[in-house]
Amino acid sequence: MSEILVLVEHVDGEIKKVTLELLTLARTLGEPSAVWAGPGCGDAAKAKLAEYGADKIYVADSDEVVNYVVAPKAELLARLVADKSPAAVLVASTIEGKEVAGRLAVKTDSGVITDAVGLGEGFVADQSIFGGGVNVRSRVTKGTPIVAVRPNSTAPVAAAGAGAEEKVEVAPSEAARAAKIVERVKEEKGARPELTEAAIVVSGGRGVGSAENFAIIEKLADSLGAAVGASRAATDAKWYPHQFQVGQTGKTVSPQLYIAAGISGAIQHRAGMQTSKTIIVVNKDPEAPIFEIADFGVVGDLFQVVPQLTEEIEKRK
Amino acid sequence: MNIVVCVKQVPDTATERKLRPDDKTLDRDAVDGVVNELDEYAVEEALRLKEAHGGEVTVLTMGPAKATETIRKALAMGADKAVHLSDDALHGSDALSTSYAMAQALKKIGFDLVILGSESTDARTGVLAAMLAERLGAPQLTLARKVEVNGSAIAIERITDYGYDKVEATLPAVVSVVEKINEPRYPSFKGIMAAKKKPVEALGIADASVDASAVGLAAAYSEVAEFAAAPPRAAGTIVKDEGDGGVKAADFLASKKFI
Repeated sequence: MSEILVLVEHVDGEIKKVTLELLTLARTLGEPSAVWAGPGCGDAAKAKLAEYGADKIYVADSDEVVNYVVAPKAELLARLVADKSPAAVLVASTIEGKEVAGRLAVKTDSGVITDAVGLGEGFVADQSIFGGGVNVRSRVTKGTPIVAVRPNSTAPVAAAGAGAEEKVEVAPSEAARAAKIVERVKEEKGARPELTEAAIVVSGGRGVGSAENFAIIEKLADSLGAAVGASRAATDAKWYPHQFQVGQTGKTVSPQLYIAAGISGAIQHRAGMQTSKTIIVVNKDPEAPIFEIADFGVVGDLFQVVPQLTEEIEKRK
Repeated sequence: MNIVVCVKQVPDTATERKLRPDDKTLDRDAVDGVVNELDEYAVEEALRLKEAHGGEVTVLTMGPAKATETIRKALAMGADKAVHLSDDALHGSDALSTSYAMAQALKKIGFDLVILGSESTDARTGVLAAMLAERLGAPQLTLARKVEVNGSAIAIERITDYGYDKVEATLPAVVSVVEKINEPRYPSFKGIMAAKKKPVEALGIADASVDASAVGLAAAYSEVAEFAAAPPRAAGTIVKDEGDGGVKAADFLASKKFI
């Protein structure tokens, strides 16, 4: 079996779920090697990577790798591609993951596929494009396939790997140190999961009517341990912060369960959520296009239906 | 300050977009072209930086003849001139060859600052700015929600999962902007009239020292193996709320083991 590099996404030493998904996926196609860029790869992290099948763990334990925008990570991966000749490189299809993939593709003169929602034999990637209207299967035809895979594309399954650590000495080039991160600012967003990673997302739209009313969307989200999203109508009206916008010009989510309340389902919104596995809709307009993609829909007043649903979920816990 | 703002003509997202059956590229003839929405924020940011610091704003677009409409829109907003990189050989270029051709054009034009939208609404790869930074050897200041220039120093706020990073670099640099960094202005009547007289330089691939064998569909680094219209989702169950809509939704969640 051939080696597949998986770039680990981590925050404060914690591995993000998407990395476990990528390891799970990589196991079906070869032998995954995790690549840890930056400090913080402790014993618990290494154990977790091994638990999900990492045979090797390349650790570039240096602040230099993470103190500059994207470029040092691409250099690190390019070096590993040159040294190890992997069959493919997988990264998370997050905004930063895609940028790493892009620079790596230029450096290694290799093809890159972004926003994959599945990956099969021969590294043929499934993509859903044009707002979910067209399904595409693509493959890289030059160099080392670089594939950015969306979070929630597969369920993480544990299967132990050797987890052998190999330290990688890195010194980013001068060019890679051109854009320096001088401060990281964490914005408070409570205990909810990160929007693009969440297994469940509850979103509110125009029908929610005000910033205050978003409390009922948040309560439903919290009853399910879900992230909160918002349609463009809601973020444009400043009812909910812009970084939570799901849609064509906002975040793309692909959760197990997506609940849309008071959202009509314009293409603008559907482009950001149409690959969700199960979709529940609450809307008072039976003609709302969002019902076309609903697995379960309630035609009714969200101010009645959503609190009742929240109460019912709490009751059944 | 010499600012080049890259804009792309994309199909209107409100229309049905299709791939061409013959070469599996986006069917651009079948749909109305509009300025990629996120690029309007890039144009606006370029104009604001020019207004604050002086200089000139050049629009660069790569695309077929039809993309001239997009150039006119950016000029009507207030950009000074435009360069239209256009050549039949470019048709079907993927992100890698697009970034190569654009980088060559940018080298020819010269720049202190390149500004782009963070992604296009058609391909949505979100990689072009990073690739340009790589190819140009310029600092990558992407996903900016705020841009500040002070002499040759530039600082941005780069959005992240947890909030944002403050990032600093020295010009020349490549910046991509996210939605809501500003409110793009509407072209005024005067602006629209003035745009008709502004220079648009046509650039072929030879003019930009672009190797024809490195661009276009034949040079693509990936291929679409197959594509199909997404099958409609199986019709779901739609109920009318009779006072128990929330309970029924909970029943559905339970049947799917979500609760």
